Amino acid sequence: MTDIAERPHAPESLGAVVIRFAGDSGDGMQLTGDRFTSVSAWMGNDLATLPEFPAEIRAPAGTLAGVSAFQVHISDHDITTPGDAPNVLIAMNPAALRNELHRVEQGGTLIINTDTFDERNLEKAGYSSNPLTDDSLGGYRVVEVPMTSLTKEATAPLGVKPRDADRSKNFFALGLICWVYSRPVDQVLDWIDKRFAGNDLVRVANRAAFQAGWNFGETTEVFDHQYEIKKADLPEGEYTQITGNTALAWGLVAAGQQANLPVFLGSYPITPASDILHELSKHKNFGVRTLQAEDEIAAIGTALGAAFAGHLGVTTTSGPGLALKSETISLAISLELPLLVIDIQRGGPSTGLPTKTEAADLNMALYGRHAEAPLPVVAAYRPSHCFEAVIEAARIALKYRTPVIFLSDGYIANGAEPWRLPEVDALPDISVPFATELNHARDDGTMEFWPYLRDPETLARPWAIPGTPGLMHRVGGIEKEDGSGNISYEPENHERMVHLRADKVAGIANDIPPAVVRGAEDADLLVVGWGSTWAAIDASVERLARRGTKVAWVHLVHLNPLPANLGEIVRRYRHVVVPEMNLGQLCRLIRSEYLVDAKSITKVQGAPFTALELEQAYADVLGLTVGRPA
Amino acid sequence: MSDTIVPLTSKKDWSSDQEVRWCPGCGDYGILTAVQMLMPELGVRPEQVVFVSGIGCSSRFPYYMNTYGIHSIHGRAPAIATGIAVARPDLDVWVITGDGDALSIGGNHFIHALRRNVNLTILLFNNRIYGLTKGQYSPTSELGKITKSTPYGSVDPPFNPLAVALGAEATFVARTHDLDRKHMLEVFRAAHAHRGAAMVEIFQNCNVFNDAAFEDMTGRERREEMLIPLHDGQPIRFGADGHRGVMMGRDGQLRIVEVADVGEDAILVHDAGRDDPSLATALARLSTDDHSPTPIGIFRAVDRPDYGTGISQQLITAAEHRGPGDLRALLRSNGTWSVS
Repeated sequence: MTDIAERPHAPESLGAVVIRFAGDSGDGMQLTGDRFTSVSAWMGNDLATLPEFPAEIRAPAGTLAGVSAFQVHISDHDITTPGDAPNVLIAMNPAALRNELHRVEQGGTLIINTDTFDERNLEKAGYSSNPLTDDSLGGYRVVEVPMTSLTKEATAPLGVKPRDADRSKNFFALGLICWVYSRPVDQVLDWIDKRFAGNDLVRVANRAAFQAGWNFGETTEVFDHQYEIKKADLPEGEYTQITGNTALAWGLVAAGQQANLPVFLGSYPITPASDILHELSKHKNFGVRTLQAEDEIAAIGTALGAAFAGHLGVTTTSGPGLALKSETISLAISLELPLLVIDIQRGGPSTGLPTKTEAADLNMALYGRHAEAPLPVVAAYRPSHCFEAVIEAARIALKYRTPVIFLSDGYIANGAEPWRLPEVDALPDISVPFATELNHARDDGTMEFWPYLRDPETLARPWAIPGTPGLMHRVGGIEKEDGSGNISYEPENHERMVHLRADKVAGIANDIPPAVVRGAEDADLLVVGWGSTWAAIDASVERLARRGTKVAWVHLVHLNPLPANLGEIVRRYRHVVVPEMNLGQLCRLIRSEYLVDAKSITKVQGAPFTALELEQAYADVLGLTVGRPA
Repeated sequence: MSDTIVPLTSKKDWSSDQEVRWCPGCGDYGILTAVQMLMPELGVRPEQVVFVSGIGCSSRFPYYMNTYGIHSIHGRAPAIATGIAVARPDLDVWVITGDGDALSIGGNHFIHALRRNVNLTILLFNNRIYGLTKGQYSPTSELGKITKSTPYGSVDPPFNPLAVALGAEATFVARTHDLDRKHMLEVFRAAHAHRGAAMVEIFQNCNVFNDAAFEDMTGRERREEMLIPLHDGQPIRFGADGHRGVMMGRDGQLRIVEVADVGEDAILVHDAGRDDPSLATALARLSTDDHSPTPIGIFRAVDRPDYGTGISQQLITAAEHRGPGDLRALLRSNGTWSVS
């Protein structure tokens, strides 16, 4: 369109900006935010996103319950969180303004679609007077734009009916915000062409709306100049933009390749895990089989059957589904077969907050089974980390012939960030051999196959798959005799098997990396984190460090077994705090395991911690006062 | 392990070294013997065969077969077997289940395995009782059944396993009983030959908790007048010299008639390959108790693509169209940018 260098005013450089798009569920805010994120990633910014949407597919239009929002933090430096308080809010209707205004920083910018501020919509949002005229927005910079009518005008010459034009107004908003932050137009236009290739009228309407929004910024003086956010100084390499669920799905494809095994996913649709099923279903040319089962129990059952048959068996779910899978996980522990059980956590109990994040399934992952049924637990901490973490989970499952629970959460699953692509050739080899030989001599010297004769080092049993001549054997949930695997009800044998299963999992501590302390070694305060709290901890620790307070931080990927050096680490610091999106599940584990007076920092609001919240909590522990940073 | 080198096997090769531990006199013994006798003639190697079971007396079955096997959890055998069959279409996968396992706790998996037409041979041992838990009524127990858990009689009507299977769009549905080895062999052979899900109900006597449940039909001296053998393409006749038969009334109802009364031409000709399952369902429901003439044999056997083949075909097609998976390309499929 136009070269930015030719503008009368040079764009003002910003280090970072946090933008929140908010509108009705049907307004396309997720799409708009996602597109702005993509174009920013392409421009080389670092970024982090927080999509937030209601559980209802289409809550009643114009109501507070129907507000869907997408927050994106873009910057010219390394960032980890989607930002505490948005600098800019795009509000497509009164409900969006009312729902989201409290998050916006004081003095922040509100870009408002004034067309929707009629009496009916104001009433639906619970406004008794119009905030655009009653001076209640005095603390903000308000930019009023009649986006709906401008979109209608822009698309009318193309033959678009006004009702259909209404659906393109999000592209008007996107065009405007792209102008304000000096984003290129061609990227978005190309994408519109591809995405709406099947419906030409929608395609041209969206193009026209986007261009109208961009031109509106350019030609009106609503904004006196543009802003730019320069490229972030990210490590050299090739980058893509990735969400946690996509990284996880690709990680499973990679795990199959690195294990030299076909991937088999048995899954039942559940928010926020379904996207992994969707993504893997596309990649059949990798030999990936996906089966949408009749229920959660069948989903894991098929995966376990596939594992018995020599595949990398995987099942994906969220909390309620994990509960249903519990009996089959115990069977997998008894059968000692490799299996990946992936839990994308969400707010609970029960249906809870299905579209909101929480990390309260740790206890279920660690303990949620009948009898003594230990298994390894691995947790991802950021969207891109899902890729390597799920390969690590597969490595453990295959090497030790055990189900592994992999924890992610809604925030990681749907959040996006730039990801420096790994070297495919450098991915670890996680292949394990199948058993092919008889392994035990009878008294008379003839050989036979013992399915429970263990590797003395790993305590893993041989994995002999159907089709292997001579190694026919039966496995089952009934207790087995150590070695032969025959049914055994002997008391001493059962006790031995219970210990063997526990020792096998505990021994994995020697096969995982030691915990690494970040920050100041001589700090008074140690933060112990796991999962998606990583982003807020990272930002909060950095902020405290900038203020001269020494903080140390260890972030756990392996939650069972815990790294062998963790006890020594947590005993080294005067104060230990554990921020978690639950009521202190890891904290209690740290306390009981290491007898230290760890303190819990909790938040269960369906949203991640902000850095400020954590900074405040550390300050409370240390007896400091924290002002709002300048 | 001589069975791995000799091309032909005998019943002994299919028997594991584990002691069979069903109650003396249990009908399961006869079924085990029939299956072990059948295997050598099927042209499969023991290592290609997997038996999967759930929980219940019958579900101990895999331990006694010298094949691969999983004794799994209650009701889930069809799901686990589905995973095996879909992952490995080269394997010969059998499901051993019972009336409680398949129709109560595992009802959902049972119907969906049939609906999907997964390539499985499902043997449902129906003894109309919970044996392993010592005598509670089951979902196939007759109404009014007095058991430990229903001392005043059960008040919920039973399932007809064949009607359930037919309602679930099963492509192969058959019934046999534990006292007739020859008939079991015939039915099992046909079930095994069927590509897709084959469901066989076996009337099986639990001599401890529900003895003689089927005696009125399956007793040696009763069979001729009480069991109606179904033969594809043949008029449905039974009794001494085939004096009785099944005909369809003008109201669409199937009735048992004296052939002499209605004439041979009025007798229904069995068509197992009929696409519409309603006649098979009517035959399955001809008798509503265990004391009147009941059809046995193959009720339905139709060809339909099986699930595992469909999945495998999609993998082949995807590889043909898009080439084998390239992980480097996949990681770049959403667009990339370079930082230098």
